Amino acid sequence: MDTVLQQVINGLSLGAIYALIALGYTMVYGVLRLINFAHGDVYMLGAFAGYFLATALDLDRHPSVLGTIVVTMGAMAVCAGVGIVIERFAYRPVRHHSRLASLITAIGVSLLLEYGGQVVFGASPRFFPQMIRSETYTIAGAQVTNQSLLVIAVAVVVMFGLEFVVHRTRIGKAMRATSYNLNVAKLMGINTDRVIAFTFALGSALAAVGGVMVALAIPRIDPLMGLMTGLKAFVAAVLGGIGNIPGAMIGGMLIGLMETGISATAYSTYRDAVAFAVLIVILLVRPSGILGTPVTEKV
Amino acid sequence: MSLLRKLTLGAVTIAALIALNQLFEHGAGDFRINPYYARILSLIGINITLAVSLNLINGLAGQFSIGHAGFMAVGGYTATYVTVYHGAPIAGLLGSRVVDPIGGSVVMLISLSVGAIAAALAGFGVGIPSLRLKGDYLAIVTLGFGEIIRVIILNVPAVGGATGFTDAIPITNFFWIFGVAVLTVVIVVNIAGSSFGRALSTIRGDEIAAEAMGISTTRYKVLAFAISAALAGVAGGLSGQLFANPLNPQNLNFVRSIEIVVMIVLGGVGSTSGAVLGATLLTILPEALRGVDQQFPGLRMVVYALLLILLMIFRPQGIMGRREFGWSWIQRPTRTRIPTVLSDVSDHRSHTGNRPVDRRSTLGESDNQ
Repeated sequence: MDTVLQQVINGLSLGAIYALIALGYTMVYGVLRLINFAHGDVYMLGAFAGYFLATALDLDRHPSVLGTIVVTMGAMAVCAGVGIVIERFAYRPVRHHSRLASLITAIGVSLLLEYGGQVVFGASPRFFPQMIRSETYTIAGAQVTNQSLLVIAVAVVVMFGLEFVVHRTRIGKAMRATSYNLNVAKLMGINTDRVIAFTFALGSALAAVGGVMVALAIPRIDPLMGLMTGLKAFVAAVLGGIGNIPGAMIGGMLIGLMETGISATAYSTYRDAVAFAVLIVILLVRPSGILGTPVTEKV
Repeated sequence: MSLLRKLTLGAVTIAALIALNQLFEHGAGDFRINPYYARILSLIGINITLAVSLNLINGLAGQFSIGHAGFMAVGGYTATYVTVYHGAPIAGLLGSRVVDPIGGSVVMLISLSVGAIAAALAGFGVGIPSLRLKGDYLAIVTLGFGEIIRVIILNVPAVGGATGFTDAIPITNFFWIFGVAVLTVVIVVNIAGSSFGRALSTIRGDEIAAEAMGISTTRYKVLAFAISAALAGVAGGLSGQLFANPLNPQNLNFVRSIEIVVMIVLGGVGSTSGAVLGATLLTILPEALRGVDQQFPGLRMVVYALLLILLMIFRPQGIMGRREFGWSWIQRPTRTRIPTVLSDVSDHRSHTGNRPVDRRSTLGESDNQ
C-alpha cells in the first residue's frame, strides 16, 4: 500500500511537470492550430535562463524562497520574449501557408534551439543550484519532498490562473474569438496578431515555469532536455483534448502516473513507449481526446 | 507502353545498374571512387526510396504520417536479422557464402523481401488508426508508433538492443540500393497514374466526397500505408546491411522520420521527382556543411535548421510544387503529370500565378484553372 501511494505521489509530481508544459501547447494549438514543436525547447531555455539567474544570485550558497520567485519570474520574462520573437520571425510569415509548412517551420525552430543551445551552452549537462533546501515529509508511510509538492501546487495554481485569463479577461475573450475564427475575429476589430503574440508569450512563460520547476526537482539540465519531455507534454495535451485547459492537466497527470507506474514494474525499459501506447488507445476510443469536443464533419 | 518496350527498358536499367555497381564497387581501370563519396551516394539512394515511398501517403493520399523511421526500423531489423541468423544456411543451400556475389544476392533478395513483408504488416497496423484520425492527430499517432517500435527494439537483446545491431554483415551494394530506388520510383509513379492513385488523390482532396463517390477510403488508405511501409522497410534493410553502418535505435528515432518528411516538403509534397530531388539535396547538404562545422563546432545543424525555416517562409510548396520532371516538363514547364481531382488550399495559393490551362486534361481533373 505504501509503495502504491509513493508511486502515486511520484506520478503526480512528474505529471504536474508534463501538465505545465502541456498547458502551453494546448493554448498555442487552441488559438493557431499549430503544433509548436519548439515548445519543449523553450522549456529547456527556461531551465537555462533559471540556471544563469540562480548562479548570478548565488542561490546555491544562500537558498531562499524569494530568490526562487525572482529566478522563476526572470526565466518567464526571458522565455516570453523568446516566444514573441519566434512567433514574429518564424511562425507569422508562414501562417497563411499550408499546415505542413507551419509544422516544418516549427520543427526547424526546434532544431535551431536544440543545436543553437548546444553551441551556446555546450552539450554537456549542468547542475542546477539548489535554490530551496530539500526537505522530506512522510505522509501515511510515503516519502514526499517539498519540491515535488511545490511543483504540484504551482501546476494547479497556473491551471486556474490560465482558466481565469482565458474565460474572465478581455484578452482571453479575444483569444477565444481568434481561436473560433481568426478572420471573423479580425473583422470584429480584434488585433489578432497581438492576440497570437500574447498567446505565445504566455505559453512560453508557462514553459519557463516548467523548466525551473523540473530543474528544482531533477537538477540536471542539458540542451536536449526539451526533446522527449516536450513530446510527452504534447501527447498529454492531445490526450486530454487539445485546446482544453483542464484536459491538458488531466492528460499530463495521466501520463505522469502511467510512467511512474511502469517504472516501478519489471517493464521499466518500456517507459518511453507507454505515453504513446496510451495515446493511441485513447484516441481510437475518443478521437478528440478525453475532454475534447468531437468535431462534426460538414458535408 | 508496350510490353516489349517495358521489358527492354527494364533490361537496360538492370544492365546500367550492374555496370554502375561494377564501377563504384571495383572501379574501372585506374578509376576508383572515393569511399566517402561512395557512402554519400549510397545514402542518397536509400533516402530516395524513403522519400518517394513516404510521398505515397503524405503526398498522394494526403494522410500526414511522420513515423517513417519506424517502418524503416521494422524492415531493417527484420531483414538484417534474416541475414545475420539465417544468411549462412540460405547461402549454403546454393553452395555459396553470404559474402560471395551469388550467395549474397540471394540472401539479400530473401532478407529484403522478409523485411518488406514485416514492414507492410506494421504499415497495415498503423493504417487502421488513420481510418478514424486526421491531420495532426494522425501525425502524432504515427510518430508514437515509430517511438514504440524503437523502444521495443531497444529491449530485444538478439538484435543488439541499445548498442545497435553490430553483427550486421555489409552485403549491400550499389546494385541493390539503386535498383530498389528505381523500383520504388516506378511503383509509385505507376500507382499515381492508376485508378488507385486517382482514388488516393480524391481522398486527399475531400475524404467525405470520396466516400460519397463510392470510393472505399478504408481500403485505399490502409493499402497506401502498407505499400509505403513495405518500401520503407526495404530501405531499412539496405541501410542495415550497408558497410559499417549497423542499425542503431538512436538513428531511427522521430528526428529521422522528420528528416524524411522534410525531404518531401523540400522537393514538393505530391511530386515524385520532387521527392527524389529533396532526398538528394538533403543528403548532400549536411555533408556539405561539414566545412562550417570544422570552423564553428555544432554550427552545421544550426545552419540546417535556419535553411529549413527560410525555405518554409519563402517557398513553402517546395522546389517542384506538385509538378513532375519529365520530357513534357521540358517542353511545357508548367504542366502537371499527375492529375489531381480536387486541389488543396495550399496548392491553390502556390500555383495560381501564370499557369496555362492544361488542354489535354478533362474538366475536373486539372486542379486550378
